[in-house]
Amino acid sequence: MSLMTLPTRDGYGHALVELGATNPDVIVLDADLAKSTRSDWFQAKYPDRFFDIGISEQDMIGTAAGLALGGKIPFATTYAVFVAGRAWDQVRTTVCYSNLNVKIAGAHGGFSAGGDGATHQALEDVAVMRVLPNMTVILPCDAIEAKKATIAAAKMEGPCYLRFAREATPVFTDEGDVFEIGKAIVMQPGTDVTIIAAGPLVYEALLAHDKLAQEGISARVINMHTVKPLDEVAVLAAAKETGAIVTVDEAQLAGGLGGAVAEFLVSHHPVPVEMVGIKDTFLECGLPEELATKYQLVAKDFVAAAKKVIARKAK
Amino acid sequence: MESVERLKGICQDVRADIVRMTNAANSGHPGGSLSAVEAMVALYGNVMNHRPADPNWPERDRFFLSKGHACPVTYAVMARTGYFPVEELVTLRKLGTRLQGHPSCKALPGIEVSSGSLGQGLSVANGFALSAKLNRKPYRAYCLLGDGELQEGQIWEAMMTAAHYKLDNVCAIVDYNGLQIDGDVEKVMGIAPLADKWRSFNWHVIECDGHDIAQMLAAYEEAKQTKDKPSVILMKTVKGKGVSFMENVAGWHGKPCNKDEMKQALDEIYGKGNGQ
Ligand SMILES: Cc1ncc(C[n+]2csc(CCOP(=O)(O)OP(=O)(O)O)c2C)c(N)n1
Ligand SMILES: [Mg+2]
Repeated sequence: MSLMTLPTRDGYGHALVELGATNPDVIVLDADLAKSTRSDWFQAKYPDRFFDIGISEQDMIGTAAGLALGGKIPFATTYAVFVAGRAWDQVRTTVCYSNLNVKIAGAHGGFSAGGDGATHQALEDVAVMRVLPNMTVILPCDAIEAKKATIAAAKMEGPCYLRFAREATPVFTDEGDVFEIGKAIVMQPGTDVTIIAAGPLVYEALLAHDKLAQEGISARVINMHTVKPLDEVAVLAAAKETGAIVTVDEAQLAGGLGGAVAEFLVSHHPVPVEMVGIKDTFLECGLPEELATKYQLVAKDFVAAAKKVIARKAK
Repeated sequence: MESVERLKGICQDVRADIVRMTNAANSGHPGGSLSAVEAMVALYGNVMNHRPADPNWPERDRFFLSKGHACPVTYAVMARTGYFPVEELVTLRKLGTRLQGHPSCKALPGIEVSSGSLGQGLSVANGFALSAKLNRKPYRAYCLLGDGELQEGQIWEAMMTAAHYKLDNVCAIVDYNGLQIDGDVEKVMGIAPLADKWRSFNWHVIECDGHDIAQMLAAYEEAKQTKDKPSVILMKTVKGKGVSFMENVAGWHGKPCNKDEMKQALDEIYGKGNGQ
């Protein structure tokens, strides 16, 4: 069966348009990438509530902070790599320290900006956003979840970082599925091992589940769309019930979802963990699928990690 | 030293290279590459003191591409001046290439520093120019900036630094093509009056037509002669210059030609009928 594919940024664009109609306080900002990020869909319908700040990400975050002080709900939008990199201090000190109601959308997360090369691939954004006090970090797994996550972000109070992808990826969740910030979703039950993923890699994790099932291995798959606050209940249950964890990150191994899971488990219920992700290197240009294969972030790599972690559990 | 006529011929080839390599990659940035062709050909052809066969020659002048997305023009000019074979240009953006989607100094000798996140190049040029002063060396730092890129705050910080330390060995070049991704620079986030702004930051300002090789050569020479102040060349350009349907259209910022468009583009660049 072949699924429809859409980029998660489309879900962001649809959500903004819906929010524009339902909430007059929603304001959208962009930094000269409105077409790529889909914020131009909002701009087309609500031009008075859209502000292009130009190529000045730091100024955009500060402006969003001021809008939040004025009672607005600003969505500051640009590529993940620039908002998390260039504007990090503004996000840290102005937005998070003051705990302002600023929403930050990072487009082209992971290596979905393949051909642009290392400068445009966001592999550290989740890590640097996750370490900020008061920040919520969400990685939607498909376009449908992306829309729900954006709407949920508008409803919650406080800083929130949403990461979207450039490439079209399978749409495998349903409109009717419940999405709640901070509440992980068990996509497949399982007893031998748990694969914890976020973002479009959740789909790849489901493929790994099927491969493992063919070999008689029962893998639980958790969609940890909210990397922060981590759903500790779900992680603890997985550790206790399956005894081995695989995490997958479309990011540097250091500091991402894998790091979050490991930090929690090490002090609450240590079990073997294998982390799949980018191994402390900058990537290169190439098609996203070429990069995923070369840098070992496809289902067969998750399968290998699952077998490895199960073997560690036995000892 | 190449004649102006010879440089114009290289400009044609470089334009064709830009069209071909972005077509082959099926991505990349033709618009802001085409607008900087004359500036780059003049610089690499007649202005910079460099040795393409020895890209790490310590005495060379340095070029910093702050607007990294315009690397197709840099790659093409490097190939046409002997840094590497012209045939390699079509590897742009392919897995394993030295011609990364944004330039990488780890991948390709002759690229001084990796770039692609806008706003960072002028600071690096300043630091290099400072090192030249400390080392008592005559080499100079050139830095190509986009007009949209000037919206980045770091550029204005660097403008202060260069003037404060009287870095007359820095020459900034602004590709004043009036367009960025979301449209007209003046509509997205105005930067005018640009010459007044640079002047008030204590820079020597040179305004010229960025598609006139002779004017560009004169501008670089004026910058070289200017003492105790950094110089900026505000060159008026046309984004997509040389390909009629790309000229002044923001949509061609990051979109390559398809096959038919490429044929028309090459016909226009070489004069009808001569396109390969
Ligand atoms: C820090 C940063 N923000 C955003 C971008 C995305 N981006 C690439 S090119 C571009 C527009 C550049 O416009 P301009 O400087 O005028 O370049 P030109 O017209 O010469 O192509 C943008 C926003 C980037 N590369 N870096
Ligand atoms: Mg421009």
